[in-house]
Amino acid sequence: MFENLSHLALQQYWWVIDSLLGSILVFLMFVQGGQTLIYRLGKSDEERTLLINALGRKWEFTFTTLVTFGGAMFASFPLFYSTSFGGAYWVWMAILFCFIIQAVAYEFRSKPSNVWGAKTFEVFLFINGLLGTILIGTAVGTFFNGAEFTVNELNQSKWANPYGGLEAVLNLHNVALGLTVFFLARLLGSLYFMNSIEHEAIFNRSKKQLLYCGIPFLVVFLFFAIRLLVMDGFAVDAETGVVSMEAYKYLHNFLAMPLVLILFLAGVVLVLFGLIKSYLAEKYTRGIWFTGGGTILVVFALFLLAGFNHTAFYPSNADLQSSLTIQNASSSHYTLTAMSYVSLMVPFVIAYIVWAWRAINNKKLDLEELRSEDHLY
Amino acid sequence: MIENFDMSLVDWSRAQFALTAMYHWIFVPLTLGLAFIIAIMETIYVKTGNPEWKKITKFWMTLFGINFAIGVATGIILEFEFGTNWSNYSWFVGDIFGAPLAVEGIMAFFMESTFIAVMFFGWNKVSKKFHLISTWLVAVGSNLSALWILVANGWMQNPVGMKFNPDTARNEMVNFWDVLFSPTAINKFLHTISSAYTLAAVFVIGVSAWYLLKKLNVTVAKKSIVVAAVFGLITSLFTVMTGDNSAREIVRDQPMKFAAMEGLYDGSKGAGLVAIGVMSSSSESGNDNMMDFHFKLEIPNLLSYMAYMDGDAFVAGVNDVINGYTDNDGVIHPPVATKIEMGRKAIHALKNYKQAQKDKNDALAQSSLNELNENFKYFGYGYFDDPYNIVPPISITFYSFHIMVGLGMWFLLLFTLALLFVYKESIVSKKWFLRSAIWNIPLAYVASQSGWIVAEMGRQPWVIQDLMPTLTAVSNIDTTSVQITFFLFLIVFTGLLIAEIKIMLKQIKLGPNHGGH
Repeated sequence: MFENLSHLALQQYWWVIDSLLGSILVFLMFVQGGQTLIYRLGKSDEERTLLINALGRKWEFTFTTLVTFGGAMFASFPLFYSTSFGGAYWVWMAILFCFIIQAVAYEFRSKPSNVWGAKTFEVFLFINGLLGTILIGTAVGTFFNGAEFTVNELNQSKWANPYGGLEAVLNLHNVALGLTVFFLARLLGSLYFMNSIEHEAIFNRSKKQLLYCGIPFLVVFLFFAIRLLVMDGFAVDAETGVVSMEAYKYLHNFLAMPLVLILFLAGVVLVLFGLIKSYLAEKYTRGIWFTGGGTILVVFALFLLAGFNHTAFYPSNADLQSSLTIQNASSSHYTLTAMSYVSLMVPFVIAYIVWAWRAINNKKLDLEELRSEDHLY
Repeated sequence: MIENFDMSLVDWSRAQFALTAMYHWIFVPLTLGLAFIIAIMETIYVKTGNPEWKKITKFWMTLFGINFAIGVATGIILEFEFGTNWSNYSWFVGDIFGAPLAVEGIMAFFMESTFIAVMFFGWNKVSKKFHLISTWLVAVGSNLSALWILVANGWMQNPVGMKFNPDTARNEMVNFWDVLFSPTAINKFLHTISSAYTLAAVFVIGVSAWYLLKKLNVTVAKKSIVVAAVFGLITSLFTVMTGDNSAREIVRDQPMKFAAMEGLYDGSKGAGLVAIGVMSSSSESGNDNMMDFHFKLEIPNLLSYMAYMDGDAFVAGVNDVINGYTDNDGVIHPPVATKIEMGRKAIHALKNYKQAQKDKNDALAQSSLNELNENFKYFGYGYFDDPYNIVPPISITFYSFHIMVGLGMWFLLLFTLALLFVYKESIVSKKWFLRSAIWNIPLAYVASQSGWIVAEMGRQPWVIQDLMPTLTAVSNIDTTSVQITFFLFLIVFTGLLIAEIKIMLKQIKLGPNHGGH
């Protein structure tokens, strides 16, 4: 089946799969956003424990999705993996440290004799939520604004400055995406708490956050989106593979791919609908599904915008012709074919996740359940 | 050639990877083995309906959870370090190496993370059977993740199922099944997981022995010892068997590593196995990697038998590999100097090919391509100047191998004695045995870490056998950055390890009658 597809079709298929994983990852960052709200929403130890336990039952999905996203990028676009990770060393290391401290924080936080105290592990969760989201968003911003690397004829890469990718924070557009992801994660976190915790005060405080985080989210998102539409982009000549700057490139991409534009707009509408309805209605708890679904659509559309329609998805500012495209950065036809067969397992994986979640999440988490639980975070 | 590389960057990159891998491997074997031990215990609970078994299952599950979390934390680093610190490697073989990592995520990690939630939070929410299946799926998922990463590692030790593509300057996969079912990969997987099960069994017996010495939770401890001893006896026998198979793989595919494991400098027919040996701090050859023996106790012909199932077979030593030899199948292995020459020709031909393509000189491109294909088999040798550059650190490989094997045999005895004493109902009175069982816990970790030291130090200087030396695999970054992250990892991981050990000890002290908090 897959072996009959052209190399380009397989490259596009894998860009779609990676984009989907990336967009699901951003949705699942409600865990990170929620972690930054523990002290805002939880006013007592018991309330904080309730919040942390609600998140603690989901943190591994975000983590696993991040790892799978990394693995899938490695397998499908290894030149991106080697160039970005090996060059933007400090950005990726900072992101990794944020996630190392998260993994243990849940399990160790409430255990006796944990040496460093519950507070330390709560700070770990906060750092993960704050820096993890901003840094990942900023790093993805370089998909549109470029990064400082060169690639030689043997496809060995080198970063063009000694800052190891940290220079990305000097670009306002990158940072705007980082902050967008951060505020979006907080919004999703609030909606998740409203959906999964039975506690009136927490519900009401979460609702307030929809306004407090919603306004800055809209500001940074609009800045990012408008700037994206008017900026120059990195176009690739379909015949020669030569990369050049094109005015309004991403706007052109939207117009050339109306389906992507529809996905993007539908996503924005869903995000806003989920937020507004949850804020205005008295006891509406399903906002997470609308805003979460919308998040997936928007992020998915942005990834497609970066990689499709003859666009360099990881452009180089140091040497335009070193820019990475889904064609020059990908794995071989054989590997993409083999991996495509593996990808057929994804619906099966999603099905058992849904099945298992339904089995253990059939009612909201409340203090009563928490008190009777013998495995607490 | 070698002088063109920043050896300090290479050394620090290796140190960082070794540090993070060794920390990761402190936690993983216990997770892999304990998952099955818990699943067996819960199966007994579901079959018998005896609530005592539920209590036992939940107790070991608490320890599993603590250990699992830190295993996850240290594991994420390893995947991403292939990109951050070994970017040239990631391109040169990413077409093959990336696939197992992605499959690991899709097939194994999601299974683990989904059903672990049911395992911990589903006791009162799902049926007994559903819960039991979830526990088994956690065990299967964690072991599946081990499969894929070990397939990747096995491929590095014996690269198969691929072809070099000069246009992309990388190796590309041509047969997925050859990579997956490579005998090296299969043996590595089976040997590694069975040794992990053995470690977990030693851990369970050690903790249970402590309870028996303190006269606490006696029933739980005795029942746990029965399960762990049976499990450990089977798995340690399997470890010996797969280790034996591994040795035969290594002697064929990595003869230098095999020679280093045995400290065999000059090969011979009917080679003896060094049962005990102490290396001196001096070297007659002047090579720091090749220390002489202070003394050694050899068992005649055993090494030949181990390597070829024939006590009179010829086993190549370090000097034979360097100077070239003919193996027992009549295959001629050229001297390393010849391989270096061929490797240089291959590297040179690749450069010429690239230049010819740029100049649109088809004739030169074709002749360069032919030369590359003729010599590619020894591509990686072209980066070395001296044949002795390919000798791994022999002392550390030799000692690690002997410690691993010696302790492996010792654990066989431990499990046998545990079963015998339980059967005779005398285990509570065997204080000496109980005390030694506790001390066996750190020994199991020593054995486990030694195994990886043999595997990874013994294959130096290769990151991919014969094709890519470690020194060419590193990212082009500055050494200072790697030094800083090395110490950051050291501080963070040590801090987390201290917390983990303290939490584990506290949970063990609290015992199975406590809910975990």
